[in-house]
Amino acid sequence: MSESSAGSSPVLLKVDHIAVAYGDLVAVSDVSLEVRRGELIALIGSNGAGKTTTLRAISGLLPLGAGRIELGGEAIHGLPPSKIVARGIAHVPEGRQLFPTLTVLENLELGATVSGHTRGNAETLDWVFRLFPRLRERHRQLAGTLSGGEQQMCAIGRALMARPTLLMLDEPSLGLAPVVVRSIFENLVEINRAGTTVLLVEQNVLRALGLCHRAYVIENGRIALEGPRDALAQNPHVKQAYLGM
Amino acid sequence: MAVGLSLIFGVMRVVNFAHGDMMVWGMYLALVLSERARLDPYVSFVVCAAVLFLLGALVQRTLVDRILDAPHEMQILLMLGVALVLENLALMVFGPDPQRVSSSLSAATIWIGPLFVDVARLTTFALAIVLTLAVYLFLFRTRLGRMIRAAADNTYGALVIGTDVRRVYLMAFGIGAACVGAAGALVSGFLPFQPAAGLSASVTSFNIVIIGGMGSLIGAFVGGLLVSVAESLGAVFLSPSLKELVSFSLLVVILLFRPAGLFGRRAT
Repeated sequence: MSESSAGSSPVLLKVDHIAVAYGDLVAVSDVSLEVRRGELIALIGSNGAGKTTTLRAISGLLPLGAGRIELGGEAIHGLPPSKIVARGIAHVPEGRQLFPTLTVLENLELGATVSGHTRGNAETLDWVFRLFPRLRERHRQLAGTLSGGEQQMCAIGRALMARPTLLMLDEPSLGLAPVVVRSIFENLVEINRAGTTVLLVEQNVLRALGLCHRAYVIENGRIALEGPRDALAQNPHVKQAYLGM
Repeated sequence: MAVGLSLIFGVMRVVNFAHGDMMVWGMYLALVLSERARLDPYVSFVVCAAVLFLLGALVQRTLVDRILDAPHEMQILLMLGVALVLENLALMVFGPDPQRVSSSLSAATIWIGPLFVDVARLTTFALAIVLTLAVYLFLFRTRLGRMIRAAADNTYGALVIGTDVRRVYLMAFGIGAACVGAAGALVSGFLPFQPAAGLSASVTSFNIVIIGGMGSLIGAFVGGLLVSVAESLGAVFLSPSLKELVSFSLLVVILLFRPAGLFGRRAT
């Protein structure tokens, strides 16, 4: 988890002053952030601050009201979600959004089908199974019958099958037991070390700050604070508002 | 036919009221092919399926695509509109009189043990099973089929992982319509039809789909068997004009005990 290694690498994702509204309701008014290749970045904030909206905008699921989004220097806002996945951004959505009546294996394979990666599929699948041995044991089971933690593993695995350069996760800890959360967060660090850049959205600020390189704090639809994790963890406002100290 | 409807509803949650009229168009197509090209409906059903696939895809791309996010009642209005257009087009082109396609199998009958069986109906039944199986295999063994099932399961999830959901819808609607086209051609040899038959066909297939469970293929097949057996028994023991009474009573009874239909998933 060294900050220096990724700190000077080129910018992978650049979100530049974006605004997103649902009809008249402005959910994100001004968010800018940068993710460098190889980093593990956390976007933290309370419920309704605009975290999920930001991720959905990056994935092309919501149109921008203003601003631009670039991946590797190329504008991606305005592209349909299918094109954005093909460019290398995989999104593990809030609530996992698996296909409950399909098997675990089918769920995983769908993650790969879509982005057009048919070759090297078996290799990626093998990696996913090594990361989450549980999924290998249960690959014939229907995804809807998995436990919450296993479903989260399946959702992460499904996203990894697209072989993304940037993996975005929306509240992977939601509704899971602390011991399960710990193991999933260990997996995230492992995925990051293996070369995948990670953008993690979390309400669980303490844990998120424990594993990221840098973090952004979002409040009322704008970025309120940003910085390396140690600086943020020492920040009086963060301590008081998010860490309950 | 019910299989097609179930597929469309299951994937897109669109209530396709034009279903019966699409079937009637399949029947007329079989008629035209038999008169002009001397194609037996048991051969031409392949052509009918292909043409209806295109018609379904066209309706999907130009009309349904715009209203997928609209409330159900808007979809019902639109599909009723499509149904009316199709029905009246058939009326304009083919006239109001009942028609029938002659097939080489129409007159043939065979004895199976003590049973006296109409070869045409038997062939239709066999082909219906084959078609259902084919659709089933397509959905469970192919990539596109898997994508259709995924989109039916969780549309948002499919979108998130980058599925081109519009293309999946196009294929699902097209295949649904193709099933109907094939079904129309396959029954055209023994069921007389006229342009107005569309609505009652739609209603019957809705009955079948609801009994079987919305969006379930196996449900549609079993529902179809149940309804046709119920109607035949009703016609024999009560009177032919009361056969619908039997099948709709069956619907009421089944919904009383299984509100989601025989194979339906409970609404969440």
